[in-house]
Amino acid sequence: MNIIEAKKLVHEFFRRDEEGNIEGIQVALNEVDLQVKAGSFISILGHNGSGKSTLAKHINALLTPTDGTLYVDGKDTSDAGNELAIRQSAGMVFQNPDNQIIASIVEEDVGFGPENMGIPTDEIWERVERSLKSVGMWKYHTHSPNKLSGGQKQRVAIAGVMAMEPKCIILDEPTAMLDPDGRKEVIKVAHELNKKKGVTVILITHYMEEVVDSDYVYVMDKGKVVMEGDPRNIFSRVEELKSHRMDVPQITLLAHELKKSGLDIPDGILTREELMNVLNLG
Amino acid sequence: MSLILDNISYKYSTGTAYEVTALDGVSLEIKDGQFIGIIGHTGSGKSTLIQHLNGLLKATEGTIYYNGQDIYDKDYDLKDLRTQVGMVFQYPEHQLFETTVFEDVKFGPKNQGLDDKEATLRAYEALRSVGFPEDYYDQSPFELSGGQKRRAAIAGVLAMKPAVLILDEPTAGLDPKGRDEILGLISDMHKKMGNTIILVSHSMEDVANYVDRIIVMNDAKVYMDGTPKEVFSRVKDLEEIGLAVPEVTYLMMELKERGWNVDVSATTVEEAKNEILKLKGMNA
Ligand SMILES: Nc1ncnc2c1ncn2[C@@H]1O[C@H](COP(=O)(O)OP(=O)(O)OP(=O)(O)O)[C@@H](O)[C@H]1O
Ligand SMILES: [Mg+2]
Repeated sequence: MNIIEAKKLVHEFFRRDEEGNIEGIQVALNEVDLQVKAGSFISILGHNGSGKSTLAKHINALLTPTDGTLYVDGKDTSDAGNELAIRQSAGMVFQNPDNQIIASIVEEDVGFGPENMGIPTDEIWERVERSLKSVGMWKYHTHSPNKLSGGQKQRVAIAGVMAMEPKCIILDEPTAMLDPDGRKEVIKVAHELNKKKGVTVILITHYMEEVVDSDYVYVMDKGKVVMEGDPRNIFSRVEELKSHRMDVPQITLLAHELKKSGLDIPDGILTREELMNVLNLG
Repeated sequence: MSLILDNISYKYSTGTAYEVTALDGVSLEIKDGQFIGIIGHTGSGKSTLIQHLNGLLKATEGTIYYNGQDIYDKDYDLKDLRTQVGMVFQYPEHQLFETTVFEDVKFGPKNQGLDDKEATLRAYEALRSVGFPEDYYDQSPFELSGGQKRRAAIAGVLAMKPAVLILDEPTAGLDPKGRDEILGLISDMHKKMGNTIILVSHSMEDVANYVDRIIVMNDAKVYMDGTPKEVFSRVKDLEEIGLAVPEVTYLMMELKERGWNVDVSATTVEEAKNEILKLKGMNA
Protein backbone atom coordinates (compact mmCIF):
# COMPACT_ATOMS: atom_id res chain seq x y z
CA MET A 1 0.00 0.00 0.00
CA ASN A 2 1.17 3.52 -0.69
CA ILE A 3 1.17 5.77 2.33
CA ILE A 4 1.93 8.78 0.17
CA GLU A 5 0.57 9.24 -3.28
CA ALA A 6 1.11 12.48 -5.18
CA LYS A 7 -0.36 12.92 -8.65
CA LYS A 8 0.69 15.94 -10.68
CA LEU A 9 1.03 17.89 -7.45
CA VAL A 10 1.52 21.63 -8.05
CA HIS A 11 2.33 24.38 -5.60
CA GLU A 12 2.50 28.05 -6.51
CA PHE A 13 3.70 30.77 -4.17
CA PHE A 14 2.46 34.27 -4.91
CA ARG A 15 4.84 37.13 -4.42
CA ARG A 16 3.08 40.32 -3.43
CA ASP A 17 4.20 43.94 -3.23
CA GLU A 18 3.44 46.27 -0.29
CA GLU A 19 -0.13 46.86 -1.43
CA GLY A 20 -0.77 43.16 -1.73
CA ASN A 21 -0.78 43.11 -5.53
CA ILE A 22 0.62 39.96 -7.03
CA GLU A 23 4.06 40.66 -8.44
CA GLY A 24 5.07 37.22 -9.45
CA ILE A 25 4.31 33.53 -9.19
CA GLN A 26 6.84 30.99 -8.00
CA VAL A 27 6.07 27.45 -9.09
CA ALA A 28 7.67 25.51 -6.25
CA LEU A 29 6.22 22.11 -7.19
CA ASN A 30 5.56 21.36 -10.81
CA GLU A 31 3.41 18.27 -11.43
CA VAL A 32 5.17 16.04 -8.95
CA ASP A 33 4.33 12.33 -9.01
CA LEU A 34 5.47 10.37 -6.00
CA GLN A 35 4.51 7.03 -4.47
CA VAL A 36 5.85 5.95 -1.14
CA LYS A 37 5.19 2.41 0.04
CA ALA A 38 4.20 2.10 3.69
CA GLY A 39 7.19 0.97 5.74
CA SER A 40 9.84 2.11 3.28
CA PHE A 41 12.76 4.49 3.79
CA ILE A 42 13.00 7.04 1.04
CA SER A 43 15.27 10.01 0.49
CA ILE A 44 14.74 13.23 -1.41
CA LEU A 45 17.66 15.14 -2.91
CA GLY A 46 17.57 18.38 -4.84
CA HIS A 47 19.25 21.76 -5.23
CA ASN A 48 18.44 24.71 -2.98
CA GLY A 49 15.00 25.97 -3.83
CA SER A 50 14.06 22.83 -5.77
CA GLY A 51 10.91 22.35 -3.71
CA LYS A 52 11.86 19.69 -1.15
CA SER A 53 10.63 21.56 1.92
CA THR A 54 7.52 22.65 0.06
CA LEU A 55 6.80 19.00 -0.68
CA ALA A 56 7.45 18.08 2.95
CA LYS A 57 4.98 20.75 4.08
CA HIS A 58 2.36 19.26 1.76
CA ILE A 59 2.82 15.81 3.25
CA ASN A 60 2.29 17.37 6.65
CA ALA A 61 -0.76 19.36 5.40
CA LEU A 62 0.91 22.66 6.27
CA LEU A 63 0.35 23.55 2.62
CA THR A 64 -2.39 22.38 0.27
CA PRO A 65 -2.20 21.67 -3.48
CA THR A 66 -2.64 24.51 -5.96
CA ASP A 67 -3.36 21.75 -8.45
CA GLY A 68 -3.12 17.97 -8.62
CA THR A 69 -3.72 15.69 -5.66
CA LEU A 70 -1.91 14.35 -2.65
CA TYR A 71 -3.11 11.50 -0.48
CA VAL A 72 -1.44 10.81 2.83
CA ASP A 73 -2.45 7.53 4.46
CA GLY A 74 -5.52 7.47 2.22
CA LYS A 75 -6.57 11.01 3.14
CA ASP A 76 -6.87 13.82 0.61
CA THR A 77 -4.77 16.77 1.81
CA SER A 78 -6.88 19.34 -0.06
CA ASP A 79 -9.81 18.49 2.20
CA ALA A 80 -9.49 20.89 5.17
CA GLY A 81 -11.35 18.43 7.39
CA ASN A 82 -8.43 15.99 7.12
CA GLU A 83 -5.79 18.38 8.40
CA LEU A 84 -5.54 17.05 11.96
CA ALA A 85 -5.70 13.41 10.96
CA ILE A 86 -2.93 13.96 8.40
CA ARG A 87 -0.70 15.69 10.89
CA GLN A 88 -1.14 12.70 13.13
CA SER A 89 -0.21 10.31 10.32
CA ALA A 90 2.83 12.26 9.22
CA GLY A 91 5.12 14.01 11.68
CA MET A 92 7.87 16.39 10.76
CA VAL A 93 11.36 17.18 12.09
CA PHE A 94 13.25 20.25 10.91
CA GLN A 95 16.86 21.37 10.49
CA ASN A 96 17.52 23.59 13.46
CA PRO A 97 17.60 21.63 16.73
CA ASP A 98 17.24 24.80 18.79
CA ASN A 99 13.96 25.95 17.29
CA GLN A 100 12.09 22.71 17.89
CA ILE A 101 12.44 22.06 21.56
CA ILE A 102 10.13 24.16 23.69
CA ALA A 103 9.89 22.66 27.17
CA SER A 104 12.61 22.98 29.78
CA ILE A 105 12.70 19.25 30.52
CA VAL A 106 13.20 16.57 27.89
CA GLU A 107 10.23 14.38 28.89
CA GLU A 108 7.84 17.33 28.96
CA ASP A 109 8.89 18.29 25.49
CA VAL A 110 8.22 14.81 24.19
CA GLY A 111 4.86 14.71 25.97
CA PHE A 112 3.73 17.95 24.39
CA GLY A 113 2.44 16.43 21.14
CA PRO A 114 0.33 13.63 22.65
CA GLU A 115 -0.99 16.08 25.23
CA ASN A 116 -2.20 18.38 22.48
CA MET A 117 -3.87 15.40 20.86
CA GLY A 118 -5.90 14.88 24.05
CA ILE A 119 -4.27 11.57 24.99
CA PRO A 120 -4.96 10.54 28.63
CA THR A 121 -2.13 11.30 31.05
CA ASP A 122 -1.16 7.70 31.84
CA GLU A 123 -0.80 6.93 28.20
CA ILE A 124 1.17 10.09 27.55
CA TRP A 125 3.83 8.91 29.98
CA GLU A 126 3.93 5.48 28.42
CA ARG A 127 4.40 7.03 25.02
CA VAL A 128 7.07 9.41 26.28
CA GLU A 129 9.05 6.53 27.74
CA ARG A 130 8.63 4.34 24.68
CA SER A 131 9.61 7.02 22.20
CA LEU A 132 12.59 8.29 24.20
CA LYS A 133 13.79 4.69 24.45
CA SER A 134 13.34 4.22 20.72
CA VAL A 135 15.82 7.06 20.01
CA GLY A 136 18.18 6.04 22.81
CA MET A 137 17.51 9.16 24.91
CA TRP A 138 15.58 7.73 27.87
CA LYS A 139 18.46 8.24 30.25
CA TYR A 140 18.17 11.98 29.67
CA HIS A 141 14.41 12.18 30.27
CA THR A 142 14.69 14.50 33.25
CA HIS A 143 17.48 16.63 31.77
CA SER A 144 17.26 20.13 30.39
CA PRO A 145 17.42 20.15 26.57
CA ASN A 146 19.86 23.09 26.68
CA LYS A 147 22.68 20.89 27.85
CA LEU A 148 22.31 18.32 25.08
CA SER A 149 24.47 18.11 21.97
CA GLY A 150 22.92 18.91 18.58
CA GLY A 151 22.52 15.24 17.71
CA GLN A 152 20.86 14.53 21.05
CA LYS A 153 18.48 17.46 20.59
CA GLN A 154 17.48 16.15 17.18
CA ARG A 155 16.84 12.72 18.68
CA VAL A 156 14.59 14.35 21.28
CA ALA A 157 12.77 16.18 18.48
CA ILE A 158 12.31 12.84 16.69
CA ALA A 159 11.02 11.28 19.92
CA GLY A 160 8.53 14.15 20.17
CA VAL A 161 7.17 13.20 16.77
CA MET A 162 7.26 9.45 17.56
CA ALA A 163 5.16 10.07 20.68
CA MET A 164 2.29 11.04 18.39
CA GLU A 165 2.65 7.56 16.87
CA PRO A 166 2.68 8.66 13.26
CA LYS A 167 2.87 6.15 10.43
CA CYS A 168 5.34 8.33 8.63
CA ILE A 169 8.01 10.78 9.65
CA ILE A 170 9.54 13.45 7.44
CA LEU A 171 13.02 14.62 8.33
CA ASP A 172 13.85 17.89 6.57
CA GLU A 173 17.66 18.19 6.69
CA PRO A 174 17.81 16.89 10.28
CA THR A 175 21.61 16.69 10.23
CA ALA A 176 22.56 19.96 8.52
CA MET A 177 23.70 21.57 11.77
CA LEU A 178 25.34 18.54 13.37
CA ASP A 179 28.89 17.29 13.82
CA PRO A 180 29.90 13.93 12.27
CA ASP A 181 28.94 11.93 15.37
CA GLY A 182 25.61 13.70 15.70
CA ARG A 183 24.84 13.06 12.04
CA LYS A 184 25.52 9.35 12.38
CA GLU A 185 23.37 9.13 15.53
CA VAL A 186 20.37 10.71 13.85
CA ILE A 187 20.57 8.64 10.65
CA LYS A 188 21.02 5.46 12.67
CA VAL A 189 17.95 6.25 14.78
CA ALA A 190 15.89 6.95 11.65
CA HIS A 191 16.82 3.53 10.24
CA GLU A 192 16.07 1.80 13.53
CA LEU A 193 12.60 3.36 13.72
CA ASN A 194 12.00 2.26 10.17
CA LYS A 195 13.15 -1.33 10.76
CA LYS A 196 11.87 -1.98 14.26
CA LYS A 197 8.69 0.09 14.35
CA GLY A 198 7.84 -0.03 10.68
CA VAL A 199 7.62 3.75 10.45
CA THR A 200 7.84 5.13 6.92
CA VAL A 201 10.76 7.56 6.76
CA ILE A 202 11.20 10.39 4.30
CA LEU A 203 14.64 11.91 4.59
CA ILE A 204 15.54 15.20 2.93
CA THR A 205 19.26 15.86 2.89
CA HIS A 206 22.19 17.44 1.07
CA TYR A 207 24.61 14.78 2.32
CA MET A 208 24.94 12.07 -0.27
CA GLU A 209 26.43 9.50 2.15
CA GLU A 210 23.25 9.62 4.21
CA VAL A 211 21.06 8.21 1.49
CA VAL A 212 23.05 5.10 0.50
CA ASP A 213 20.95 2.86 2.78
CA SER A 214 17.57 4.15 1.58
CA ASP A 215 15.16 1.90 -0.29
CA TYR A 216 14.48 4.53 -2.91
CA VAL A 217 15.72 8.01 -3.84
CA TYR A 218 14.04 10.92 -5.59
CA VAL A 219 15.99 13.83 -7.07
CA MET A 220 14.22 17.15 -7.61
CA ASP A 221 15.17 20.02 -9.88
CA LYS A 222 13.16 23.26 -10.14
CA GLY A 223 10.01 21.77 -8.69
CA LYS A 224 10.10 18.57 -10.74
CA VAL A 225 11.16 15.02 -9.94
CA VAL A 226 13.98 14.44 -12.43
CA MET A 227 15.54 11.17 -11.27
CA GLU A 228 14.34 8.25 -9.18
CA GLY A 229 15.65 4.82 -8.34
CA ASP A 230 17.46 2.87 -5.68
CA PRO A 231 20.71 4.37 -4.37
CA ARG A 232 22.97 2.22 -6.49
CA ASN A 233 21.09 3.16 -9.62
CA ILE A 234 21.05 6.87 -8.70
CA PHE A 235 24.73 7.00 -7.75
CA SER A 236 25.74 5.21 -10.94
CA ARG A 237 24.62 8.28 -12.82
CA VAL A 238 27.42 10.59 -11.68
CA GLU A 239 27.37 13.10 -14.52
CA GLU A 240 23.58 13.30 -14.58
CA LEU A 241 23.52 13.95 -10.83
CA LYS A 242 26.10 16.69 -11.22
CA SER A 243 23.97 18.35 -13.87
CA HIS A 244 21.28 18.68 -11.16
CA ARG A 245 23.80 20.28 -8.73
CA MET A 246 24.07 17.01 -6.80
CA ASP A 247 27.10 14.91 -6.01
CA VAL A 248 27.90 11.31 -5.07
CA PRO A 249 29.47 9.94 -1.87
CA GLN A 250 33.23 10.48 -1.76
CA ILE A 251 34.00 6.78 -2.27
CA THR A 252 31.62 6.61 -5.25
CA LEU A 253 33.40 9.62 -6.74
CA LEU A 254 36.80 8.04 -6.22
CA ALA A 255 35.61 4.81 -7.92
CA HIS A 256 34.20 6.87 -10.80
CA GLU A 257 37.49 8.77 -11.21
CA LEU A 258 39.47 5.52 -11.15
CA LYS A 259 37.22 4.11 -13.82
CA LYS A 260 37.78 7.18 -15.97
CA SER A 261 41.53 6.63 -15.58
CA GLY A 262 41.13 3.19 -17.11
CA LEU A 263 40.60 0.80 -14.20
CA ASP A 264 37.95 -1.87 -14.63
CA ILE A 265 35.44 -0.80 -11.98
CA PRO A 266 31.64 -1.08 -12.11
CA ASP A 267 29.38 1.95 -11.68
CA GLY A 268 27.61 2.69 -8.40
CA ILE A 269 30.22 1.66 -5.84
CA LEU A 270 28.79 2.83 -2.51
CA THR A 271 31.13 1.68 0.26
CA ARG A 272 34.84 1.31 1.00
CA GLU A 273 34.35 -2.44 1.30
CA GLU A 274 32.89 -2.65 -2.21
CA LEU A 275 35.70 -0.57 -3.64
CA MET A 276 38.39 -2.69 -1.96
CA ASN A 277 36.80 -5.81 -3.38
CA VAL A 278 36.68 -4.59 -6.95
CA LEU A 279 40.17 -3.10 -6.82
CA ASN A 280 41.40 -6.68 -7.03
CA LEU A 281 44.63 -6.02 -5.26
CA GLY A 282 44.93 -9.70 -4.39
CA MET B 1 49.75 42.24 11.33
CA SER B 2 47.83 39.44 12.98
CA LEU B 3 45.32 38.29 15.53
CA ILE B 4 46.86 37.12 18.77
CA LEU B 5 44.88 35.42 21.50
CA ASP B 6 46.76 35.47 24.76
CA ASN B 7 45.54 32.94 27.27
CA ILE B 8 41.83 33.47 26.70
CA SER B 9 39.28 31.95 29.05
CA TYR B 10 35.55 32.41 28.89
CA LYS B 11 32.87 31.29 31.30
CA TYR B 12 29.13 31.39 30.66
CA SER B 13 26.89 32.26 33.64
CA THR B 14 29.81 33.05 35.95
CA GLY B 15 29.15 32.75 39.64
CA THR B 16 25.96 30.70 39.21
CA ALA B 17 25.34 26.98 39.59
CA TYR B 18 25.27 26.77 35.78
CA GLU B 19 28.77 28.12 35.26
CA VAL B 20 30.35 26.55 32.18
CA THR B 21 33.93 27.04 31.05
CA ALA B 22 33.63 27.35 27.28
CA LEU B 23 37.22 28.43 26.66
CA ASP B 24 40.07 27.45 28.89
CA GLY B 25 43.43 29.17 28.44
CA VAL B 26 43.40 29.39 24.64
CA SER B 27 46.47 30.97 23.05
CA LEU B 28 46.72 31.30 19.29
CA GLU B 29 48.46 33.38 16.70
CA ILE B 30 46.63 33.90 13.44
CA LYS B 31 48.87 35.51 10.86
CA ASP B 32 47.52 37.70 8.09
CA GLY B 33 46.42 35.80 5.03
CA GLN B 34 46.07 32.35 6.56
CA PHE B 35 43.20 30.06 5.58
CA ILE B 36 42.27 28.26 8.77
CA GLY B 37 39.75 25.54 9.54
CA ILE B 38 38.38 25.05 13.03
CA ILE B 39 36.89 21.65 13.82
CA GLY B 40 35.52 20.08 16.99
CA HIS B 41 32.32 18.40 18.15
CA THR B 42 29.26 20.39 19.23
CA GLY B 43 29.96 22.20 22.46
CA SER B 44 33.75 22.06 22.14
CA GLY B 45 34.03 25.85 22.13
CA LYS B 46 34.31 26.72 18.42
CA SER B 47 31.49 29.23 18.24
CA THR B 48 32.53 30.83 21.53
CA LEU B 49 36.07 31.16 20.23
CA ILE B 50 35.16 32.91 17.00
CA GLN B 51 32.78 35.29 18.72
CA HIS B 52 35.79 36.59 20.63
CA LEU B 53 37.61 37.45 17.44
CA ASN B 54 35.29 40.32 16.54
CA GLY B 55 34.61 41.35 20.11
CA LEU B 56 31.08 39.98 20.35
CA LEU B 57 32.09 38.15 23.52
CA LYS B 58 34.60 39.52 25.99
CA ALA B 59 37.04 37.08 27.51
CA THR B 60 36.69 36.43 31.23
CA GLU B 61 40.48 36.24 31.34
CA GLY B 62 43.29 36.96 28.90
CA THR B 63 43.35 39.42 26.04
CA ILE B 64 43.30 39.71 22.26
CA TYR B 65 45.55 41.82 20.06
CA TYR B 66 44.35 42.81 16.60
CA ASN B 67 47.14 44.32 14.52
CA GLY B 68 49.13 44.88 17.66
CA GLN B 69 46.41 46.65 19.62
CA ASP B 70 44.66 45.29 22.69
CA ILE B 71 40.99 45.15 21.72
CA TYR B 72 39.94 45.35 25.37
CA ASP B 73 41.67 48.71 25.74
CA LYS B 74 39.31 51.50 26.89
CA ASP B 75 39.94 53.55 23.74
CA TYR B 76 39.73 50.68 21.29
CA ASP B 77 36.96 51.06 18.69
CA LEU B 78 35.09 47.74 18.75
CA LYS B 79 32.60 48.98 16.18
CA ASP B 80 35.44 49.49 13.75
CA LEU B 81 36.81 46.04 14.57
CA ARG B 82 33.50 44.51 13.59
CA THR B 83 33.64 46.01 10.12
CA GLN B 84 37.14 44.61 9.61
CA VAL B 85 36.43 41.21 11.09
CA GLY B 86 33.29 40.00 9.32
CA MET B 87 31.30 37.08 10.57
CA VAL B 88 28.77 34.78 8.93
CA PHE B 89 26.79 33.10 11.69
CA GLN B 90 25.71 29.52 11.93
CA TYR B 91 22.03 30.32 11.60
CA PRO B 92 21.68 32.78 8.72
CA GLU B 93 18.04 33.44 9.47
CA HIS B 94 19.19 35.25 12.59
CA GLN B 95 21.31 37.54 10.48
CA LEU B 96 18.67 38.73 8.02
CA PHE B 97 16.35 41.49 9.10
CA GLU B 98 15.73 44.09 6.35
CA THR B 99 12.59 44.12 4.21
CA THR B 100 14.31 42.93 1.04
CA VAL B 101 17.35 40.80 0.33
CA PHE B 102 19.02 43.68 -1.47
CA GLU B 103 18.56 46.14 1.41
CA ASP B 104 19.85 43.48 3.74
CA VAL B 105 23.09 43.07 1.83
CA LYS B 106 23.49 46.85 1.48
CA PHE B 107 23.20 47.34 5.21
CA GLY B 108 26.79 46.33 6.03
CA PRO B 109 28.61 48.62 3.58
CA LYS B 110 26.25 51.50 4.49
CA ASN B 111 27.07 50.92 8.11
CA GLN B 112 30.75 51.15 7.20
CA GLY B 113 30.08 54.70 6.03
CA LEU B 114 30.02 54.11 2.27
CA ASP B 115 27.62 56.30 0.30
CA ASP B 116 24.46 54.86 -1.19
CA LYS B 117 25.90 54.43 -4.66
CA GLU B 118 28.98 52.57 -3.48
CA ALA B 119 26.93 50.42 -1.11
CA THR B 120 24.56 49.54 -3.97
CA LEU B 121 27.48 48.48 -6.15
CA ARG B 122 28.92 46.38 -3.36
CA ALA B 123 25.55 44.68 -2.82
CA TYR B 124 25.21 43.79 -6.51
CA GLU B 125 28.72 42.47 -6.64
CA ALA B 126 28.33 40.35 -3.51
CA LEU B 127 24.94 38.89 -4.46
CA ARG B 128 26.20 38.01 -7.91
CA SER B 129 29.34 36.39 -6.53
CA VAL B 130 27.40 34.04 -4.25
CA GLY B 131 25.12 33.00 -7.09
CA PHE B 132 21.97 34.48 -5.61
CA PRO B 133 19.11 34.38 -8.19
CA GLU B 134 18.45 37.90 -9.49
CA ASP B 135 14.66 37.45 -9.47
CA TYR B 136 14.76 37.33 -5.71
CA TYR B 137 16.73 40.53 -4.96
CA ASP B 138 13.56 42.32 -3.89
CA GLN B 139 12.05 39.37 -2.07
CA SER B 140 11.65 39.39 1.69
CA PRO B 141 14.55 37.45 3.21
CA PHE B 142 12.00 35.44 5.16
CA GLU B 143 10.42 33.98 2.03
CA LEU B 144 13.50 32.16 0.82
CA SER B 145 14.53 28.52 0.84
CA GLY B 146 17.15 27.55 3.42
CA GLY B 147 20.02 27.66 0.94
CA GLN B 148 18.95 31.00 -0.48
CA LYS B 149 18.97 32.52 3.03
CA ARG B 150 22.46 31.18 3.55
CA ARG B 151 23.69 32.83 0.33
CA ALA B 152 22.06 36.14 1.24
CA ALA B 153 23.75 36.12 4.66
CA ILE B 154 27.16 35.37 3.13
CA ALA B 155 26.69 38.14 0.56
CA GLY B 156 25.90 40.57 3.37
CA VAL B 157 29.29 39.97 4.94
CA LEU B 158 31.26 39.79 1.67
CA ALA B 159 29.85 43.20 0.72
CA MET B 160 31.89 44.68 3.57
CA LYS B 161 35.15 43.24 2.16
CA PRO B 162 36.44 42.32 5.61
CA ALA B 163 40.16 41.84 6.25
CA VAL B 164 39.32 38.82 8.37
CA LEU B 165 36.38 36.70 7.30
CA ILE B 166 34.95 34.22 9.78
CA LEU B 167 32.39 31.69 8.63
CA ASP B 168 30.57 29.43 11.06
CA GLU B 169 29.39 26.37 9.12
CA PRO B 170 28.83 28.38 5.94
CA THR B 171 27.90 25.37 3.84
CA ALA B 172 25.35 23.79 6.17
CA GLY B 173 22.15 23.49 4.18
CA LEU B 174 23.73 24.23 0.81
CA ASP B 175 23.34 21.77 -2.05
CA PRO B 176 26.56 19.97 -3.08
CA LYS B 177 27.23 22.27 -6.03
CA GLY B 178 26.54 25.28 -3.82
CA ARG B 179 29.00 23.94 -1.25
CA ASP B 180 31.75 23.83 -3.88
CA GLU B 181 30.73 27.20 -5.30
CA ILE B 182 30.80 29.01 -1.97
CA LEU B 183 34.03 27.43 -0.81
CA GLY B 184 35.57 27.99 -4.25
CA LEU B 185 34.50 31.61 -4.13
CA ILE B 186 35.99 32.10 -0.68
CA SER B 187 39.17 30.35 -1.73
CA ASP B 188 39.50 32.52 -4.89
CA MET B 189 38.87 35.65 -2.89
CA HIS B 190 41.50 34.52 -0.42
CA LYS B 191 44.03 34.04 -3.23
CA LYS B 192 43.21 37.38 -4.83
CA MET B 193 42.86 39.61 -1.79
CA GLY B 194 45.05 37.70 0.64
CA ASN B 195 42.60 38.21 3.48
CA THR B 196 42.47 35.92 6.48
CA ILE B 197 39.79 33.25 6.39
CA ILE B 198 38.58 31.28 9.38
CA LEU B 199 36.23 28.46 8.52
CA VAL B 200 34.36 26.56 11.21
CA SER B 201 33.20 23.30 9.72
CA HIS B 202 31.83 19.86 10.51
CA SER B 203 32.89 18.59 7.12
CA MET B 204 36.29 16.95 7.26
CA GLU B 205 36.22 16.70 3.46
CA ASP B 206 35.72 20.45 3.02
CA VAL B 207 38.45 21.26 5.51
CA ALA B 208 40.85 18.81 3.83
CA ASN B 209 40.16 20.36 0.44
CA TYR B 210 40.55 24.03 1.25
CA VAL B 211 42.45 25.09 4.36
CA ASP B 212 46.15 25.20 5.10
CA ARG B 213 45.91 25.01 8.88
CA ILE B 214 43.48 23.16 11.12
CA ILE B 215 42.76 24.04 14.74
CA VAL B 216 41.01 21.23 16.60
CA MET B 217 39.00 22.29 19.64
CA ASN B 218 38.09 19.90 22.40
CA ASP B 219 36.71 20.52 25.85
CA ALA B 220 37.30 24.30 25.70
CA LYS B 221 40.96 23.89 24.72
CA VAL B 222 43.05 23.79 21.57
CA TYR B 223 43.60 20.06 21.16
CA MET B 224 45.58 20.05 17.90
CA ASP B 225 46.95 22.72 15.59
CA GLY B 226 48.65 21.80 12.32
CA THR B 227 48.37 21.18 8.59
CA PRO B 228 45.51 18.97 7.35
CA LYS B 229 48.00 16.14 6.79
CA GLU B 230 49.36 16.39 10.32
CA VAL B 231 45.92 16.56 11.90
CA PHE B 232 44.27 13.82 9.83
CA SER B 233 47.15 11.43 10.50
CA ARG B 234 45.98 11.24 14.12
CA VAL B 235 42.84 9.22 13.41
CA LYS B 236 42.53 7.55 16.82
CA ASP B 237 42.85 10.87 18.66
CA LEU B 238 40.26 12.49 16.41
CA GLU B 239 37.78 9.63 16.81
CA GLU B 240 38.25 9.76 20.55
CA ILE B 241 36.83 13.29 20.55
CA GLY B 242 33.93 12.50 18.21
CA LEU B 243 35.54 13.58 14.95
CA ALA B 244 36.57 11.62 11.89
CA VAL B 245 38.90 11.78 8.90
CA PRO B 246 37.80 12.00 5.25
CA GLU B 247 36.37 8.75 3.81
CA VAL B 248 39.25 8.41 1.36
CA THR B 249 41.74 8.60 4.23
CA TYR B 250 39.97 5.66 5.90
CA LEU B 251 40.22 3.78 2.62
CA MET B 252 43.97 4.41 2.44
CA MET B 253 44.37 3.13 5.99
CA GLU B 254 42.43 -0.02 5.20
CA LEU B 255 44.57 -0.65 2.13
CA LYS B 256 47.67 -0.21 4.24
CA GLU B 257 46.31 -2.67 6.83
CA ARG B 258 45.94 -5.23 4.07
CA GLY B 259 49.60 -4.81 3.36
CA TRP B 260 49.51 -2.37 0.47
CA ASN B 261 52.12 0.30 0.26
CA VAL B 262 50.01 3.48 0.07
CA ASP B 263 50.50 6.91 1.55
CA VAL B 264 47.89 7.09 4.31
CA SER B 265 48.13 10.86 4.42
CA ALA B 266 46.01 11.19 1.27
CA THR B 267 43.05 13.36 2.29
CA THR B 268 41.40 14.26 -1.04
CA VAL B 269 39.86 12.21 -3.87
CA GLU B 270 42.63 13.38 -6.19
CA GLU B 271 45.40 12.20 -3.87
CA ALA B 272 43.69 8.88 -3.17
CA LYS B 273 43.22 8.31 -6.90
CA ASN B 274 46.90 8.87 -7.56
CA GLU B 275 47.90 6.48 -4.79
CA ILE B 276 45.68 3.69 -6.14
CA LEU B 277 46.81 4.25 -9.73
CA LYS B 278 50.41 3.94 -8.53
CA LEU B 279 49.57 0.62 -6.86
CA LYS B 280 48.10 -0.56 -10.12
CA GLY B 281 51.27 0.42 -11.88
CA MET B 282 49.54 3.15 -13.80
CA ASN B 283 50.73 6.70 -14.04
CA ALA B 284 48.33 9.30 -12.75
N1 LIG C 1 6.89 31.36 1.97
C1 LIG C 1 7.30 31.44 0.71
N2 LIG C 1 6.86 32.45 -0.09
C2 LIG C 1 7.26 32.54 -1.37
N3 LIG C 1 8.12 31.69 -1.97
C3 LIG C 1 8.59 30.68 -1.24
C4 LIG C 1 8.22 30.51 0.14
N4 LIG C 1 8.87 29.42 0.62
C5 LIG C 1 9.61 28.92 -0.40
N5 LIG C 1 9.45 29.68 -1.52
C6 LIG C 1 10.07 29.45 -2.85
O1 LIG C 1 9.69 28.16 -3.32
C7 LIG C 1 10.77 27.49 -3.94
C8 LIG C 1 11.01 26.13 -3.27
O2 LIG C 1 11.44 26.35 -1.94
P1 LIG C 1 11.72 25.16 -0.91
O3 LIG C 1 11.89 25.77 0.43
O4 LIG C 1 10.69 24.11 -1.06
O5 LIG C 1 13.13 24.60 -1.45
P2 LIG C 1 14.09 23.46 -0.87
O6 LIG C 1 14.24 22.43 -1.92
O7 LIG C 1 13.60 23.00 0.45
O8 LIG C 1 15.46 24.25 -0.75
P3 LIG C 1 16.65 24.15 0.35
O9 LIG C 1 17.50 23.01 -0.06
O10 LIG C 1 17.38 25.44 0.15
O11 LIG C 1 16.04 24.01 1.70
C9 LIG C 1 11.98 28.45 -3.84
O12 LIG C 1 12.13 29.12 -5.06
C10 LIG C 1 11.59 29.42 -2.74
O13 LIG C 1 12.13 30.69 -2.96
MG1 LIG D 1 14.39 23.12 2.46
